[in-house]
Amino acid sequence: MISPNLSAIFYLISGVLFILALRGLSSPETSRQGNLFGILGMIIAVTVTFLSIGNFSSGFVFVILFILVGGTIGAFIAYKIPMTAMPELVAGFHSLVGLAAVFVAIAAFLNPTAFNLGSPGNIKLGSLIEMSIGAAVGAITFSGSIIAFLKLQGIMSGSPITFKGQHPLNAIILISIIVLIYLLCSTQSSNMFWILLIVSFLIGFLLIIPIGGADMPVVISMLNSYSGWAAAGIGFTLENTALIITGALVGSSGAILSYIMCKGMNRSFFNVILGGFGGTDEVANNSSKEQRPVKSGNADDAAFLMKNASSVIIVPGYGMAVAQAQHALREMVDTLKKNDIKVSYAIHPVAGRMPGHMNVLLAEANVPYDEVFELEEINNDFANADVAFVIGANDVTNPVAKTDPQSPIYGMPVLDVEKCKSVLFVKRSLSPGYAGIDNDLFYKENTLMLFADAKKMTEDITKNL
Amino acid sequence: MEIDPLIFRLSIFILSIFVGYYVVWSVTPSLHTPLMSVTNAISSVIIVGAIIAGLSGNSQSIFNTSSVFGFLAIALAAINIFGGFLVTQRMLAMYKKKKKEK
Repeated sequence: MISPNLSAIFYLISGVLFILALRGLSSPETSRQGNLFGILGMIIAVTVTFLSIGNFSSGFVFVILFILVGGTIGAFIAYKIPMTAMPELVAGFHSLVGLAAVFVAIAAFLNPTAFNLGSPGNIKLGSLIEMSIGAAVGAITFSGSIIAFLKLQGIMSGSPITFKGQHPLNAIILISIIVLIYLLCSTQSSNMFWILLIVSFLIGFLLIIPIGGADMPVVISMLNSYSGWAAAGIGFTLENTALIITGALVGSSGAILSYIMCKGMNRSFFNVILGGFGGTDEVANNSSKEQRPVKSGNADDAAFLMKNASSVIIVPGYGMAVAQAQHALREMVDTLKKNDIKVSYAIHPVAGRMPGHMNVLLAEANVPYDEVFELEEINNDFANADVAFVIGANDVTNPVAKTDPQSPIYGMPVLDVEKCKSVLFVKRSLSPGYAGIDNDLFYKENTLMLFADAKKMTEDITKNL
Repeated sequence: MEIDPLIFRLSIFILSIFVGYYVVWSVTPSLHTPLMSVTNAISSVIIVGAIIAGLSGNSQSIFNTSSVFGFLAIALAAINIFGGFLVTQRMLAMYKKKKKEK
């Protein structure tokens, strides 16, 4: 058994190690070391908890058993999961953090003596407030992440689910959560606690269903943030520094990522939260337009264009991941490089289904990370490049965002693909992207549409090079 | 009058938000996915609360309602800790290979 002061110092150390873990991610070189700091911090926190309880009764065996069971499942998932499924995995993990926070809050509510919070029915007021906030945010994180997971997995339709009176209903539920917390604190009634949990689960569910599939990067980041605030709430209850520091770090991290994603789409956070974007009415507006001519070509034409280019910029999007074309793409690029053609990759902030998703997929396909550029870094290079190869991206290349104030995506930062001498656009059909609008790029003079599956087309081009 | 310890915890919390703000802005965008998986793993330090709950039973009754919730939370947090750190490790290893090839 170690003294509370000593264990508090160790918790502080593990909090600092967690900060270093995130700091390491500032460059790929230091990132692996950062991850080790994180693991070390976790080992310290868990060990100190055991030592500070000091009660190695038979319950200890069960603690180890449950850690091993959970750990094995976690390790198995971590090794098996394909990189394309990272968004689902992260959403799933968020739901677990949320649920764990709820369970810890329930345990603390039922047995406050074990946590030094008073006795059942007479819990310290401060602890009760912290506990109920942690539990409510945890429950919202849980049910919201489950919906995000189902939408990403395709089990639930990605289109927004809206109904009349949705926003007033959500507002009423949010207010009732505050009222319930107040009632819980004044009555200490366990019924209030259970109702609070149920209502929180419900609002998590209702908050995410109206948000469309295209906004999933924001939703995942937002739930990331929530999971942090839930952890911080529990940290206050347990008076645990490691948990408070971590909760604050994760909470602000998720908030920043949400902000970056919103900016990448030129949408305000509230606009995303209120949902309904990508509905069918916008599509109807545009389908009335007359058919415009497009130039389409085959793999042979594409290979010819690229062979005669001196620099090529690849613009990958989520479609590339769906077609599993990243390895075929890298082989094509290898062939181009052998012919002394300069190749770089341009990544839009919201390409893929979660922040940084495209970068991981390219890294998996052995693309060196110094050939991969963010929008601001590469956007000026399009004017000097010979060929832009758009594979699986759509809305993020649409010049309408710069020219048409009527367009729903007007003002969104886009890649200046149309400035290239020629554009090769791999796509299965002319159908609009997630935003539900037509892409002007399809009809440009210098665009050659390659109608095919991304993977097959890329392989065919490589053969023809 | 003594200062309530809550104020100290609140100070740590607020300062950590600022630390988080500056640290996360310095994370390179290409590592945003590993950032999310590692934040997932570290937020599962909530396992410390779960362990306290799990060990709250006495030797006569290891299982009471409170400790059962504790055990369940331990399993959930452990999935996250192991899964989160290992999948981050796996992703970061992919960023390493490229550098060697060059």
